[in-house]
Amino acid sequence: MKSDPILSLKNLSKRFGTIKANENISLDLYRGEILALLGENGAGKTTLMNMLFGHYMPDAGKIEVTNASGEFINLALGNPKASIAAGIGMVHQHFTLAENLDAIDNILLGSEPLNQLRRRRKIAENKIISLMQESGLVTPLDIAVGQLTVGERQRIEILKALYRNVRILILDEPTAVLTPQEADSLFKNIKGMTSHGLSVIFISHKLREVLAYSNRITVLRQGKNVGEISTSDANEKKIAELMVGSETTLPRRQPASTGKPILKLEGVSALGRGLRDSLKNVNLTVMRGEILGIAGVSGNGQAALAAVLSGMTIPEMGTMTLNDEKLGNLDPAKMVSKGIGRIPEDRHRDGIIGSMSVAENMIIEGLSDPTFQTNGFLKREHIAAHARNLSDEYDIRGPGISAPAQLLSGGNIQKLILARVFHNKPKIILANQPTRGLDMGAAADVARRLIDARSRGSGIILISEDLDEILRLADRILVMHDGKLTETQTRDRATLGLLMAGQAA
Amino acid sequence: MIRIEARETLSIYWKLGLPVMSALLALLLASLPLNLAGAPILESYKQMVIGVLGSKFAISEMLTRATPLIFTGLAATLAFRAKLWNIGAEGQLYLGAMAAVSVGTGVFDISGLILVPLIIFCGCAIGAAGMVLPATLKIRYGADEVVTTLLLNFIIIIFLQYMLEGPLKDPMGLGWPQSSPILDQGMLPPLMDRMRIHFGFIIAIFCAAVAHFMLIRSIWGLKLKAVGENMSAAKHAGIPVNQSLITVAAISGALAGLAGVSEVAGLKGYLTADLSPGFGYTGIVVAMLAGLSPLGVVISALFIASVFVGADSMSRAMGVSSYLADLVVATALLCVLIGGFVSRYKIVRIAKNGGKN
Repeated sequence: MKSDPILSLKNLSKRFGTIKANENISLDLYRGEILALLGENGAGKTTLMNMLFGHYMPDAGKIEVTNASGEFINLALGNPKASIAAGIGMVHQHFTLAENLDAIDNILLGSEPLNQLRRRRKIAENKIISLMQESGLVTPLDIAVGQLTVGERQRIEILKALYRNVRILILDEPTAVLTPQEADSLFKNIKGMTSHGLSVIFISHKLREVLAYSNRITVLRQGKNVGEISTSDANEKKIAELMVGSETTLPRRQPASTGKPILKLEGVSALGRGLRDSLKNVNLTVMRGEILGIAGVSGNGQAALAAVLSGMTIPEMGTMTLNDEKLGNLDPAKMVSKGIGRIPEDRHRDGIIGSMSVAENMIIEGLSDPTFQTNGFLKREHIAAHARNLSDEYDIRGPGISAPAQLLSGGNIQKLILARVFHNKPKIILANQPTRGLDMGAAADVARRLIDARSRGSGIILISEDLDEILRLADRILVMHDGKLTETQTRDRATLGLLMAGQAA
Repeated sequence: MIRIEARETLSIYWKLGLPVMSALLALLLASLPLNLAGAPILESYKQMVIGVLGSKFAISEMLTRATPLIFTGLAATLAFRAKLWNIGAEGQLYLGAMAAVSVGTGVFDISGLILVPLIIFCGCAIGAAGMVLPATLKIRYGADEVVTTLLLNFIIIIFLQYMLEGPLKDPMGLGWPQSSPILDQGMLPPLMDRMRIHFGFIIAIFCAAVAHFMLIRSIWGLKLKAVGENMSAAKHAGIPVNQSLITVAAISGALAGLAGVSEVAGLKGYLTADLSPGFGYTGIVVAMLAGLSPLGVVISALFIASVFVGADSMSRAMGVSSYLADLVVATALLCVLIGGFVSRYKIVRIAKNGGKN
């Protein structure tokens, strides 16, 4: 397969302010291969691809690409039109589809000339149908995209790229929203397309899928290309070391005996953003000293469940019992005072107030605590001392306790939230996607702290899209699909995947 | 292509130099129409300075003018901190003034020691009610407070005109649409003999100091900041968001009402429909200029009052149209606001090489 490369990035660099997002990165892509671009969050993967696609202008370096007649030409930089003309297509992690239009219109959007009087939908439809047959990416064409599943929408995004005759397809974290089965079938189809000459770069931070689906792996760390390796020579340990720069392993729970039930949800129904995301008659019991894992593709009611447990939503029906006490009139303050700690999914939106100081963010849930105030006035020395203690204990690094919390890195923001939540010694901890977007070191730290809290006797509800995380940490697993919870004993990925897709195993 | 980016840091020279440069630019720009009007420029600006700082009287006039602006500036500052856009300070000012003349013109002929606090309390309460209503509509029904507070201004001013022609009309007023005068013992005492500067100025400074202290030292201030900066996280953390909004709405309205009380019971003595030449709206400029800082409000109110009073006195001394004074005021404000913008943001040119676009 090692013929001549069809794409060659040469010494690309890009800085944002003082941050070197990409430093002197070179990379070749060959015809018909699947290249995995691997790296932790912030390693520079997306920046690199955005330069390739013309969204960003590189500070230095050049990009060479073969044209239709096979000769190497310089790609005009910082110009998406030139990239599209060179046959480069990108599917973003967050889809860019118009939800009220059907698949055909979405695919045509942007590639139809504006001055054309009659639309040629029929011709386009035939071309799309033949593309679907060639690629195996099948999706309904005449239904508004808003009503399709996430997997179908992704197929439309890829078809949109194929329709524009891409030769190089970039996929940004394509499996983040898919069940394991959907991911498998996606990559099976992509493999098929590469045998027709398509070259694919896919961005990921999941080692497992990179090993399973790619031909070659390039690892980025802190904006630099730190290694290329053929997938057949790679293993998880090897690439993890390349990614992190040292040996880090994610902690795994040790079996332990669980205590008596503390939190019970019975027949809880609550409205979510849509019908699929609403809770439907959910029952759930959390024991002392256990991590209860809730697996599932997001958008299946996890948000509504988290909102109920956080006190942000009042359920339509059902009861919540904490240590035999019925919880009525739920609001966030009451949840905190009852000992329910909450780690929100979107830590920037719900977890911190970015422009307020680290110290202020640490006490924001305990404003009536007499340690921090007398008669409504802040005890600033106590607040600062508290913040220093927690910063030490939780190893929160940043420009200091009086600096705005938004200056902290994602991992340190999460540590701040953990510090605030765990300091109250909660009986129940809701951890909603607690490691999403964190680098491996920070994710390992979060996991370790959750396990510690479990051994102190807290009951932990862990909601995660990352099945590997659930399997590593959870004592018991519930699968969420279409707003309903199913308990399962299995720890087999394939069976769990079927449950996540709503098929009884 | 250009892009606007927030500045991360600003050297001390820029921080001090920008306001000075903005002011100089304003003087330069305003000299053009002054020259066209035939006034000698240097002499005009000399008259302007004399009009603000040249005498005890001039200083008293400037401080008198600044007083209502401090109140309305604080009203805007506190509400804006919570991202509650109170554009209705003008109306709330008149509500406060109406409350002042309702209780202060003879219904209660009691000692000033009771009457003055009563007038202040009523003015604050009615002003507060004038802002709590739109805040409640916002929380209950999602009504945009920019629209409701702005429109309430017109309703209140028409209501004022009705009151001045009807229930509040001075029977001794020779038919003019004005209220009866506030009883002598109900007036805020003057601070200097034969000068217009009155006790309202002291109240305004006191309010600014208290607001500053509450914002940085109290739980209330912390909650307000949280609600204003990130309502979603504030709610998640268990802060009663609606309660915070209502409280700050009441305080904002009360401060605007106090501006009306201070004008009517400190300066004019009776209420007319032209009590305020837009103090409520100018308060927004004062607050923005101050970067929503209560102590900054005092400084920016003094600055704006100086420009107003100075330009006014200049136009009288030089015998040019008073419209020129308005022009000087507007130019100065625009230049200072642009200066403030430049100090916070920079304009970056994005080079576009390589692509043909």
